[in-house]
Amino acid sequence: MNYTLLSGNEAIARGAFESGVKVAAAYPGTPSTEILQNVAEYEDIYAQWSSNEKVALEVGIGASIGGARTLVAMKHVGVNVAADPLMTLSYTGVNGGLVLVSADDPGMHSSQNEQDNRRFAKFAKIPLLEPSDSQEAKDYVGKALDISERFDLPVMLRVTTRISHALTGVNLEEPNEGNLKEYNKDKEKYVMIPAYGRKRHEVLENKLVDMKSFSENSSLNQIEWGDKDIGIITSGICYQYVKEALPGSSCLKLGFTHPLPEKLIKEFASKVNKLYVVEELEPYMEEKIKAMGIEVIGKEVFPLNGEISASMIQEKIKGEKEFETIQLSDYDEDEIPARPPVMCPGCSHRGVFYTLKKLKLIVTGDIGCYTLGCLPPLESIDSCVCMGASIGKALGMEKANPELKGKIVAVIGDSTYFHSGLTGTLDVAYNLGSSTIIILDNRTTAMTGHQDHPGTGKTLKGEETKAASLSEVVKAMGVDRVTIADPSNLEKTKEIVQEEVNISEPSVIIFRKPCALLERKKDTPYVVDEDKCVYCKLCLNLGCPALMNDVEEEKVQVEKTMCTGCSLCEQVCKKGAIKKAGDTNE
Amino acid sequence: MNKGSDILLVGVGGQGTILASRILAHVAQDNNLEVKISEVHGMAQRGGSVVTHLRMGDKVYSPLIQKGQADVILAFEQLEAWRWLGYLREGGMAVVNTQVISPVPVISGYQEYPDNIINRLKKNVDKTLEVDALKLAEQAGNEKTVNVVLLGVLARQLEFEKNYWVRALESIIPEKIIEPNKEAFMLGYNHT
Repeated sequence: MNYTLLSGNEAIARGAFESGVKVAAAYPGTPSTEILQNVAEYEDIYAQWSSNEKVALEVGIGASIGGARTLVAMKHVGVNVAADPLMTLSYTGVNGGLVLVSADDPGMHSSQNEQDNRRFAKFAKIPLLEPSDSQEAKDYVGKALDISERFDLPVMLRVTTRISHALTGVNLEEPNEGNLKEYNKDKEKYVMIPAYGRKRHEVLENKLVDMKSFSENSSLNQIEWGDKDIGIITSGICYQYVKEALPGSSCLKLGFTHPLPEKLIKEFASKVNKLYVVEELEPYMEEKIKAMGIEVIGKEVFPLNGEISASMIQEKIKGEKEFETIQLSDYDEDEIPARPPVMCPGCSHRGVFYTLKKLKLIVTGDIGCYTLGCLPPLESIDSCVCMGASIGKALGMEKANPELKGKIVAVIGDSTYFHSGLTGTLDVAYNLGSSTIIILDNRTTAMTGHQDHPGTGKTLKGEETKAASLSEVVKAMGVDRVTIADPSNLEKTKEIVQEEVNISEPSVIIFRKPCALLERKKDTPYVVDEDKCVYCKLCLNLGCPALMNDVEEEKVQVEKTMCTGCSLCEQVCKKGAIKKAGDTNE
Repeated sequence: MNKGSDILLVGVGGQGTILASRILAHVAQDNNLEVKISEVHGMAQRGGSVVTHLRMGDKVYSPLIQKGQADVILAFEQLEAWRWLGYLREGGMAVVNTQVISPVPVISGYQEYPDNIINRLKKNVDKTLEVDALKLAEQAGNEKTVNVVLLGVLARQLEFEKNYWVRALESIIPEKIIEPNKEAFMLGYNHT
């Protein structure tokens, strides 16, 4: 079938295939993850998970200089990690076209902030493209690569969650072979020592002038005339919301948004009575338009945070709501219990958080499933900032206040550790820290859906490879005390943690147990012996979704379809009331 | 009901809402409708509340259904039907699996599972179809076919012919589990 439904991420992968991309790299991160997973399905493209986004971009730079068309993908905060090479890549430029996909997350569905990476494109002085559905997401990959090669610059393709994770119709086309460009040694272009870098900065500024006139004439920027009473300038997913909310209005749809087409904007503005900018998050276009002296309404009425919706546009621009909501009776929103994501039933790392809470330790946390340890009833994480920050935070805290020594542990996952835990560990070891680092090693990148990483022994393309040993790596960085333990045993877990936090030298505990969803190994489920259960509810402190609190009967029950038989509840129960099914009648 | 519809699929991470939306989309596309689906995953797969927007029609712009615009809420769990009820339009329909899956705050005793959800749903929505999909799925020989049972119930309410549904099931569900799924679909389809 040539016409099919694809998510924006699948469409980007398809676009890479159709436009002759040869190398692709990424680190998984919602909402960008599926891009590389789908790219990897194409035999002709070399695709890899990198240990972090900075490395992914560096691999991409190498591939591009080597002559290949290249795609690098990451979530918005990933670009922060990759910002260092990016800012200089705009000086060197490329050889084979390079597209950097930034998947932003307005509304923070699964992120720690909602930064608007269009600012990054402007900051790095590179072209910026914003597709509004999957068809455009696919097509814009090819266009971005053409533009990249035309201007000798990387191009940012900025999508948002509602593009990445929405499925819309796409026409599939035949792939273009994509020839490797010849590699030419050119140190004045690729070696950014100050003498050459100064010249390249000048070259970059000249490119910006050319890019401006390109933007004016680009077919990616188009006016759709309608009623000229209201004119709307918009880009990305907001275009769809505008068409939904105000189908008859005039619209300037911008697909090429850095640099902005000033003449086109002026022309559009001069022909409508009232001009609006509809854009999620930052007033990126609005600022430019206002700086041009054009009167426009934007963030006066639209929010700087969260997502925009069609009904919001109707309300703010037309002053009326056509999408009326129904009047509900006997309905109280506050009465509806939240259903937050939780650590899975059978997740053995739950016991570690249970223990940390019990020991009343200060826990610096990190990004991943482990962040969920901050929610009730475990509530054992004190902070979470970004990938790898747990370790530096722990060192900083103990240096700031010696009284906190011996009370702090840093918690980080295995994939995150390879992403950016290594440098933090070096810092602890080198700077005479005494922090205890707990690596919750579930043998995968679980939060984003089980991607491999340098510790798993498998590449994205499914090849067997050499797995890096966490313990050896840690020792090589100067940490002498390394313990590997199974977190299934609560008593043992407590003993190890207590011992290591009391030692005044850096130490690493690797709690190793594969992700419960990865193994899908189900042991005999547990049952509650009703005669012995005194309803002390101690077991509920584990926050296991398989343990049911029957308030009316004042009993706890085990939901047998969910229970994996991990035994944590049995260990917590002081009355011996929780036993393996089949053992109760003994 | 028109073939062009906005359908909100709501449930709990792991119940198969996403697969159900793919089957429904297949049927709609087979009937030459434009389809857009939007879902948010990531944290949701860890047992959180999940919602999938499916829109179909001659022309669809936004992939999201606005509050008060859904023609149907297809709920895989009753509390989720109640949570997302504000999305239903006046005169819309709720298809509700009566299964109860307690959220962790309820399990841990921080919050209570609301009483009488089904009756209160009926008070608000004239067309409320309740179905014990788990029971029917078990009857079909696979408790994981709850999603397809619900699709069967929905299929009866939409205007697409049955053979389109069967074709969609066959092209999306792996062959080795197609039989219990077909059975589950029919149990839902014939459910009254």
